[in-house]
Amino acid sequence: MRISLKVNGKPVEAEIEPRLLLVTLLREHLGLTGSHVGCDTGQCGACTVHLDGRAVKSCLILAAQADGRSVLTIEGVADGETLHPVQQAFRDRHALQCGFCTPGMVMTALDLVEHLERPDEASIRDGLSGNLCRCTGYRPIIDAVADGIRARQGGG
Amino acid sequence: MFPFDYVRPTGLAEAVAAYGQDGDPRYLAGGQSLLGALKLRLASPSALIDIARLPELRGIRRDGDMLVVGAASTHAEMAEGVEIAALAELAGSIGDLQVRNMGTLGGSLANNDPAGDHAAGVLGLGAEIRTDRRVIPADAFFVGMFETALEPGEVIVEIAYPLPRRAGYAKVRNPASGYPVVGVFVAETYIGMRVAVTGAGACVFRLPEFEDALSHEFSPAALAGLMVPADDLNRDLHATAEYRAHLIGVLARRAVEGCGGRS
Ligand SMILES: Cc1cc2nc3c(=O)[nH]c(=O)nc-3n(C[C@H](O)[C@H](O)[C@H](O)COP(=O)(O)OP(=O)(O)OC[C@H]3O[C@@H](n4cnc5c(N)ncnc54)[C@H](O)[C@@H]3O)c2cc1C
Ligand code: FES
Ligand code: FES
Repeated sequence: MRISLKVNGKPVEAEIEPRLLLVTLLREHLGLTGSHVGCDTGQCGACTVHLDGRAVKSCLILAAQADGRSVLTIEGVADGETLHPVQQAFRDRHALQCGFCTPGMVMTALDLVEHLERPDEASIRDGLSGNLCRCTGYRPIIDAVADGIRARQGGG
Repeated sequence: MFPFDYVRPTGLAEAVAAYGQDGDPRYLAGGQSLLGALKLRLASPSALIDIARLPELRGIRRDGDMLVVGAASTHAEMAEGVEIAALAELAGSIGDLQVRNMGTLGGSLANNDPAGDHAAGVLGLGAEIRTDRRVIPADAFFVGMFETALEPGEVIVEIAYPLPRRAGYAKVRNPASGYPVVGVFVAETYIGMRVAVTGAGACVFRLPEFEDALSHEFSPAALAGLMVPADDLNRDLHATAEYRAHLIGVLARRAVEGCGGRS
């Protein structure tokens, strides 16, 4: 079947098998290998991207479900060489070690920064519960998300 | 996953007609349960009929004394947009952010997972399930483990919840998945007092003794001494049946304590 969607703001057309996963379209057909596959069962969040502005797990979505919609991946977050404030906060806070979870963490963090009603620690922890990290122990990631929320509230 | 066809009808009638075609098709909503099952090859439908964007299944509205929620509303949309506070809280407690952004009310009810959260809200509030062909009362909808009153090809269109005088939901989450080990929904509505339990049995069920006690006196103390026998409750690696029986009492009292009206 034929699908057309937007990926990181650019129109994309693709001829696909209906059972193709969105993450496979991104990684293997479009060469966007920033979205990682940690589990393939919807548990780890490493494959998180945005679908029409909300964080979703691209290993648990068919590419066909994204037809006519807008996808944002980690490759589309920075503005050229300038990191997005949330990416900068991850860097400043040392919120990554091996980096495997990081693209998914950043994509979830972006949704939280945009939509979290109560940006307290408990809400941030709860918001990150669909993303696993085997390295950092989460503390610096939570601090980075809090920084991101402050940057947005401060107009940054 | 075995291969399948994919179609996305633009209207409800077209979706139901697509189901009537040859083969063994399945509806697809958020895919948060179905795709996992397809990957494990637990199901091999001939076609997926994507109903997530059908206009008839979208939107949340007030209709007199009822709150009507489209079956394709996501858990996140409900957490942010329903005026029954306990129901918004229930939807916001499901899984994780990403699952809530895709998973839908209708998918959750049709799936009827023994630990599904929405089943507790629907049975606890005494909602009605409106399909493409009839209206099914909550008390007749949940038949057994992963089993509902839906006929082959029947689509859940919307759920009408009576607005409660007060309602509360309390659950103990499995820390890995978010699914309730046990969840209890308590509601006082114009159709009466209702207490519904999820996570503890083959599917959601009511507790008439708890309902009677709360009808006489609406307080946690009114439930003191009431026990559910452990015999028929679920036992698995997360909890014994005895622990689940104990949790039902504790969570029913917490749900009563947390009871609020509309937000
Ligand atoms: C990591 C993870 C954690 C989760 N945690 C929880 C949790 O804590 N609590 C909880 O309750 N659930 C949880 N879930 C399940 C989640 O809520 C699913 O979204 C839900 O069970 C199914 O909804 P869906 O829209 O994704 O349905 P789908 O997966 O698309 O479909 C499920 C079934 O319903 C049928 N169907 C879908 N819509 C309709 C309709 N309108 N009419 C008739 N049939 C229909 C489909 O044919 C299919 O058989 C979790 C899932 C994951 C992956
Ligand atoms: S790879 Fe998608 S959640 Fe783990
Ligand atoms: S930095 Fe290694 S998994 Fe998170």
